[in-house]
Amino acid sequence: MDNTIRVSVTDRDGQVHELDAPTDMGMNMMELCKSAELPVEGTCGGMAMCASCHMYVESDHDLPEKSDDEEDMLDEAFFVEDNSRLGCQLHLANELDGLKVKLAPVGN
Amino acid sequence: MIQTDILIIGAGPCGLFTVFEAGLLKLRCHLIDALPQPGGQCAEIYPKKPIYDIPAYPSILAGELVDRLMEQAQPFKPGFTLGERAEQIEKDDEDQFIVTTNRGTQHRAPIIAIAGGLGCFEPRKPPVPQLSDFEDKGVEYIIKDPEFYRDKKVVISGGGDSALDWTIFLAEGVASEVTLVHRRKEFRGHLDSVQKVMDLAAAGRVKLMTDAEVIAVDGDDHLKSVEIKTKADGNHTIATDHWVPLFGLSPKLGPIADWNLNITKNAVEVDTFDYSTNVPGVYAIGDINTYPGKLKLILCGFHEATLMVQSAFKRIYPDKNLVLKYTTVNGVNGFEG
Repeated sequence: MDNTIRVSVTDRDGQVHELDAPTDMGMNMMELCKSAELPVEGTCGGMAMCASCHMYVESDHDLPEKSDDEEDMLDEAFFVEDNSRLGCQLHLANELDGLKVKLAPVGN
Repeated sequence: MIQTDILIIGAGPCGLFTVFEAGLLKLRCHLIDALPQPGGQCAEIYPKKPIYDIPAYPSILAGELVDRLMEQAQPFKPGFTLGERAEQIEKDDEDQFIVTTNRGTQHRAPIIAIAGGLGCFEPRKPPVPQLSDFEDKGVEYIIKDPEFYRDKKVVISGGGDSALDWTIFLAEGVASEVTLVHRRKEFRGHLDSVQKVMDLAAAGRVKLMTDAEVIAVDGDDHLKSVEIKTKADGNHTIATDHWVPLFGLSPKLGPIADWNLNITKNAVEVDTFDYSTNVPGVYAIGDINTYPGKLKLILCGFHEATLMVQSAFKRIYPDKNLVLKYTTVNGVNGFEG
């Protein structure tokens, strides 16, 4: 499996989507979800400047630390947990094969 | 009643550039925007971020782009209705549109250009059950008049400047009790505001609950209490008169969803010939429109605006011929007043 990993995304209805994700396209989890037409807004386009790609990481992958920007934006998200991340800050890489995430609830 | 030729809904980059292109055709524009300043997302979300795909600008800050678009539009004397949301659209018996804002300001124009981007920015509402039952009955997303909270118990949620500033203001002799709830220990606001809140908490004038969030609201015909989940010691129910969640703004399509336009996935369908919608006289340009091959890029919005005003001109003056004139030949001849 060259430059493709498989990740699983649980949507807000509890349905699990297994997605094949390229790791050589400079993509992140927000973009992957959008390209699979999952309900992720990604309002700011991936600058960690909105909080519309909030998701929970449910597998124990070793992820890069959250930047201050990401922490700050998580302040504007809801139902933030210890495993909360912004999808736009999770860059698809071979080490993330098998990643499991769940989309966080959105506001009204 | 404000009268203009093209009424632009949305004062983002695309709406601002429309003023320039319309001005070259001697058409006047007026812009309505829900935000208090022009610039849309560029000004509201990322003014300090560089943009790299504006032709001839290898790099330009979003805020600077807005400034330059304002400068470019200036000779054509655009009017602005800022801080108001375009709410209602109707037609009068002279085939002109009347657009009324949420504050009742009325605008009249033969052409509407919707350049609304992602929609209008509205306060982000927490997904707490039954929250809407208490809106304006103890739950407010914006503090309009601090006197409203005089001698009341207030819970504020959030970790940014507005949450910190209002906590300080209300705790210093306005509210009877102020609780600030934030999901972590660190705040992202200005350091002196953070220090001030810490001092007020130490002095017992603010109840500070960090690593915490409001998860439920309760009351009868008015809010009576909120339930707060904390990491350290479980859930607490605290009595309060008000809860003010301050979680920033997020864009919503808003009232234009009810303007009888064809809408797919929160975007307005247009004909790429002239970016007209299904309603004659109403156009949609920039991030708010959709068509096969659509790309949400500022530079594409500029192109759309340029073609749109040509069509608008022909609609306003069906008997006049329009000849493309180059600015290099004719210069830019603004309006006198």
